[in-house]
Amino acid sequence: MDWQTWLIGIVGRALAYGTPLLWATLGEVYAERAGVVNLGIEGMMAMGALMAFATAQTTGDPWLGLLAALAVGGVLALLHAFLTVTLRANQYVSGLSLTLLGLGLSGLLGRGWEGIALRAPLPNVTIPGLASIPLLGPMLFQDESILTYLGLLLALVLWIVLWRTRWGIVIRAVGEAPGAADAVGINVALVRYLCVVLGGLLAGVAGGYLSVVYRPAWTEGMSAGMGWVVIALTIFASWDPLQAVGGALLFGALYHLSFRLQQWVAPELLKLMPYAFAIVVLAFVGLGKAQRRRGAPAALGLPYVRGER
Amino acid sequence: MDKSPVLRAEGITKRFPGVVANNRVNFDVHAGEIHALLGENGAGKSTLVKILYGFYQPDSGTISLDGRPTPIRSPREARGHGIGLVFQGFTLIPALTVAENVALFLSKLDWYISPKKLAAQIQEASRRYGLELEPKTPVWQLSVGQQQRVELLKLLLTRARVLIFDEPSKVLAPHEVDTLFGIFRDLRNDGYSLVFITHKLREALTCADRITVLRQGQVAGSLNAQDASEEKLVELMFGEPLKEVATRERGSKFGKPILELVDICTRAVGTTPALRQVSLTVHEGEIVGVAGVSGNGQRELGDVILGLIKPTTGKKIFLSQEATAWPPARMIGQGVAFVPEDPLAMAVVPWFSVLENVALLSPKRFSLYGGLGMAWDKARAVARAGFERLGLNPLPERARAASLSGGNLQRLVLVRELSRDYKLVVGLYPTRGLDVRSANAVRQAFLQARAAGKGVLLISEDLSELFALSDRIVVMLRGQIVGEVRPDQTSLTEVGRMMVGVGHG
Repeated sequence: MDWQTWLIGIVGRALAYGTPLLWATLGEVYAERAGVVNLGIEGMMAMGALMAFATAQTTGDPWLGLLAALAVGGVLALLHAFLTVTLRANQYVSGLSLTLLGLGLSGLLGRGWEGIALRAPLPNVTIPGLASIPLLGPMLFQDESILTYLGLLLALVLWIVLWRTRWGIVIRAVGEAPGAADAVGINVALVRYLCVVLGGLLAGVAGGYLSVVYRPAWTEGMSAGMGWVVIALTIFASWDPLQAVGGALLFGALYHLSFRLQQWVAPELLKLMPYAFAIVVLAFVGLGKAQRRRGAPAALGLPYVRGER
Repeated sequence: MDKSPVLRAEGITKRFPGVVANNRVNFDVHAGEIHALLGENGAGKSTLVKILYGFYQPDSGTISLDGRPTPIRSPREARGHGIGLVFQGFTLIPALTVAENVALFLSKLDWYISPKKLAAQIQEASRRYGLELEPKTPVWQLSVGQQQRVELLKLLLTRARVLIFDEPSKVLAPHEVDTLFGIFRDLRNDGYSLVFITHKLREALTCADRITVLRQGQVAGSLNAQDASEEKLVELMFGEPLKEVATRERGSKFGKPILELVDICTRAVGTTPALRQVSLTVHEGEIVGVAGVSGNGQRELGDVILGLIKPTTGKKIFLSQEATAWPPARMIGQGVAFVPEDPLAMAVVPWFSVLENVALLSPKRFSLYGGLGMAWDKARAVARAGFERLGLNPLPERARAASLSGGNLQRLVLVRELSRDYKLVVGLYPTRGLDVRSANAVRQAFLQARAAGKGVLLISEDLSELFALSDRIVVMLRGQIVGEVRPDQTSLTEVGRMMVGVGHG
């Protein structure tokens, strides 16, 4: 039964590690669908992790901690939206600054919280009934965070909104052809603001998950490059919320494997694996689908100025 | 048709800086009628429909709907009144499907879009008028003709009653035009009012019930299709010959050939016409005029001469040397001055100043210390002398090219090109957008060039200009040279007839 234990372990941990990737990727998918790249995910996650930990530790309520993470992510994203949508600053520069700001600020503010175990982590849940299904039960429904399930639900909801509602069409129109969207009376700036802020909210929660659920503790730099994997995942998922689920699980599994294989392979090399894989995947995506049209929003990265088409 | 018109415009006047685009224009359209707006480029057709659509506000005049005066202040108001316009460039979003593009346009849709319901609506309209559109197809996969029909579909689903098309046939292949006109007739029979712009006589005659001809911003005539003939329409479109711009002797003694094109053919790219078997010679001291409605290969002709397009077959000989494969730099270096159709895109760097743009083309001439510095004083002097020689007002040297008006840009390019040592000047619509005085100064400059023994190839839509300046006129139609005449042996009407493809006699 050894392979079963392996499989259960891998899928279970892939869900656990994939959850923050999923939340943040869903947010980035929406921001980019509206035409705004946000490279500040890493910074927003770091700040989210710190705020969540500090709040949960102080109040003793992990949900308040996650709420704080949500808020700080939203505020940082608002800054990015202001710079890139209103002031039309370069999205890449603004996003990179946001990452550096978030990492630096969380390191500075987090000094006093370093290395303490959280007194009130968010406990994992086991779903009664479903958990007793052989193989699938322990794999999917045992000892998982509620945020994992919320993330999957969110992916479904965001998929429906993006592809089945008028809002979704509006968001995609803004990312594809802001000029045409403007011409039919859509407020391009408002749509972009909302999507970028949504992205920030979700990235904040992703960070909060790390310090309140996954680890539960705070260490500087605990987001460990996840924000960059999210950027790659967004492309890997073709800017689609449901495909983001697959991508997040795949990367979660890879991350977990990098621990499992340490007996045989150098740990430094294994730690590289998810990131090296990100590069490989992107290369294949670029090669394989070059002829077909990819889902990249046409106006991605471009500030919109009325009258310049 | 004794009912009152659905839409009536009376005494519409619209001025733009330097030009009266519409001058007391009267126009109306009834329910169940196809009304063609015919005229040359620049006759004011587009301006008129944009006024009807609320895109521009008229300086004076009134618009009535169903007999009631109704000001139309914006496209949104126009749509609210049931007036829809299909622009020349489409406003579709390529990555979205047909259904999604329609949904974006229908503001009264529920927040949740049932793909089935919307698809059913689209399919119903599509079937009724033979639009042949699948709701789920992404727009980027559609042909231009299909995209045009999506625009139409959008209007139909918003319950527009007056459908206006700005040159619908311009982007279409011939069989697609027939399809579109079939759709027009079906719509008319269902009581819609249709207005379409064209400069092609045949389209107006085959499809329209009524034809209004605009000439230089005024209504030259409005007649029922059954009373119209090609002869009549040509006369209305081009009118009587105007006074010559500058009178002069028309010589017949020219020097050696400067440029010879022999059986030049090019490949068609997208909707641009291919040149077919174009042969043309320009001699020293000769002005050769190229007449034609723009978009019939003039731009390609210019590009071939400059070397931007390599002909698939045929030969180009410049100054007795085989020059078919020469790149633009070599053509320019050997003495071609070129005034392109779109100076902002092709001739200047928008963010450079006027002076920098003047110096741009011959940087070697103004370089100091082997390229480490620039002799700005010298460039300034050349620019000033250039403006003076052409009799144009000098432009502010520090102004960015992007901030100049179309006419001023044209001046800048002319001064730069004609300040160099050149053998042949190719001008595409060089007086377009210029006021009368500047236009005359440019024409004088071409006559000076001719007198100095240079060759001039003048591509223009202004027939009176071509008649006044040219020693010979060739007429282009669909990428071919369909006629060659001497201005003193023909009439404007005759050339106009050739331009629109009506046979002799």
